[in-house]
Amino acid sequence: MAELLVWPALLAYGEAAVAYAGSLRGTGASARLGIWGVRIGWLAQTALLIAQALDSDGFPWGTWAGALNLFVWLVVGAYLIWGCTPRYRLLGLLVMPFAVALLVVAWAGGGTGVSTQDSAGWLLALHVGLMLAGFAGLTLGAGLAGLYLWQERRLKRRDTGVLRLRLPPLEALDRLSARTALISLGVLSAGIVVGLGSFQQGDFDLPMAVTLAIWALYAVGLLLRHEKGLQGRRFAVLLVAGFALVAIVLPLTHFAS
Amino acid sequence: MRLALVGVSHRQAPVELRERVAVDPAGATSLARELADGCEAVVLSTCNRTELYLASDGTSDHLDERASRTLLALAGNDGAALAPVLYRLGDDSAALHLFRVAAGLDSLVPGEGEILGQVRDAFEGGSTGPLLDRLFRQALHAGRRARVETAIGESPASVPAAAAALAQQVFGDLAGRRIVLVGAGKMSELTARNLRSRGALIEAVANRTAAHGEELAARVESRAAGLEEIPALLATADVVVTSTSAPGFVVEPASAAAALRGRRGRPLLFVDLAVPRDVDPALATIDGCFVYDIDDLEAVVEASLAGRRVEAVRAEQIVAVEAERFREWQASLAVVPAIASLHAHAEEIRSGELAKAEGRLGRLPESERRLVESVTSQIVAKILHLPTVRMKEAAAGADGVVYADVVRHLFGLGEEEQS
Repeated sequence: MAELLVWPALLAYGEAAVAYAGSLRGTGASARLGIWGVRIGWLAQTALLIAQALDSDGFPWGTWAGALNLFVWLVVGAYLIWGCTPRYRLLGLLVMPFAVALLVVAWAGGGTGVSTQDSAGWLLALHVGLMLAGFAGLTLGAGLAGLYLWQERRLKRRDTGVLRLRLPPLEALDRLSARTALISLGVLSAGIVVGLGSFQQGDFDLPMAVTLAIWALYAVGLLLRHEKGLQGRRFAVLLVAGFALVAIVLPLTHFAS
Repeated sequence: MRLALVGVSHRQAPVELRERVAVDPAGATSLARELADGCEAVVLSTCNRTELYLASDGTSDHLDERASRTLLALAGNDGAALAPVLYRLGDDSAALHLFRVAAGLDSLVPGEGEILGQVRDAFEGGSTGPLLDRLFRQALHAGRRARVETAIGESPASVPAAAAALAQQVFGDLAGRRIVLVGAGKMSELTARNLRSRGALIEAVANRTAAHGEELAARVESRAAGLEEIPALLATADVVVTSTSAPGFVVEPASAAAALRGRRGRPLLFVDLAVPRDVDPALATIDGCFVYDIDDLEAVVEASLAGRRVEAVRAEQIVAVEAERFREWQASLAVVPAIASLHAHAEEIRSGELAKAEGRLGRLPESERRLVESVTSQIVAKILHLPTVRMKEAAAGADGVVYADVVRHLFGLGEEEQS
């Protein structure tokens, strides 16, 4: 029964994605519909996760599909922090289609049902939760960076419609994406430290190597920003490149191993 | 009650005629007082229009005449030229016109924000009664709705406003941002004023002629600088506005490169208002540098105005709804006396019958007497509720007067007074 809750979540997220696309035409009503879609979808997915947790014997999101389900919830939850403000609503254009696609994949992989196979301990649950929250934050940071690159391109090209469809100011996007990356890196670091608690020699595999590479990339990027003033377009490109590692390379290495 | 509007605006009359009938706010107030002899009057006078709104129980033609005579008298010797361009509107059309004016739909630049305040000032300075009070309040409401529910007033309508809006697209809040002016032209000053109104600081005015630079610097509370200081100013500036008459580029990548290196990636916006251009467009290829010349800004303004025109269609719908509400309210005025007489008549019968029964009711305890009062009042109210609603509906559909007459006839309203 719990699995049925994925449908209202998917429908609401899908509605939000379509409404945000409609808001490109500048109608406030579309944007409001989008925000309500995100809120309702997130509540439905929260109910789904609670139902999964209640029905499960252990940590219900130990499988890759389950983790993806939790990841989508975290991404949308993080988006809700800013996305509900009119200025950042267009971030939904990047986040919501992505969330819909991932939730469909999670559903197809059985991640939205009840799993009784995996009864992992609380340490692993905490590790997975923190890692997923960190990656969710990095995803949102990449979304903000993507928005920065779009806005920068419009300004560089002197797009005449730049004041008709207003995106958040460049500096605000730069600052927010850096802040998001910093917080996410902190959460990711905590996840890695917790993971080390159950680490045994010989456990080191390709996904771990990629995770560490992602961590190092963001850490170096943030350090360069602080020390050498790496900001603006170059920092945004770095965040998007980091996201490519998170979104493409990490799942590939996970399945390969 | 009838409403009449007589006016002259930028749509029909050139500025030479408009300025003849323009009055300042104090003049508008005293003119409204003069006109309000036995009627209500409001005078709306802006640089684009002078309009007289009159309302009274008399005929609309009579009001028309009075307003026309007043405007022609204001025009003096130009009265003959003014007469053919005066427009005269009555009741629904006059109300719709005012609502469109308040929403900025009749302005030179659709959705311009100043007109709403001017309508408010005219209303406050007018000699209003029930009709004009309602009309202007609803016009202000329609104007606010048009601005809140559509984006008609959001985009900039001038080059200086577009430059400031672009700066906000780069930096967000402009409070404390440093602006450098290169050249002391009029356009540069207007842009500086626009940026200052949003909280920006004018750091320096760099100009070839020191005296001109100092004059402008004094007006915008800044300091004057020489053109040789430009590279150093670039290191700290957020927005550079240029408008010199120099034949070549004043800011070039080679001279700016050193200063830009010290900015640690902070964005820098160049607003080049000069022809020939002051800023080498090659600067736009540098990370964090954005260069807008006068053509770019004019294209942005044109796109904004096109957007305003699209939004104007939605604003027209809002205005039409508000005008219809006003029309219904105004029409309902025709049946209000009949409704009031009907209710008074019914109440008279009710209290009369209770008085007749006083002998028997007097024996009842106070609480039961109050109950009888309450029940009879409720019966009367319920009986009259539907006829009242139907009369108001009929009034909205233009049959109000007929219904009012029928009610007066059926219930003999006013007959006792006549007899």
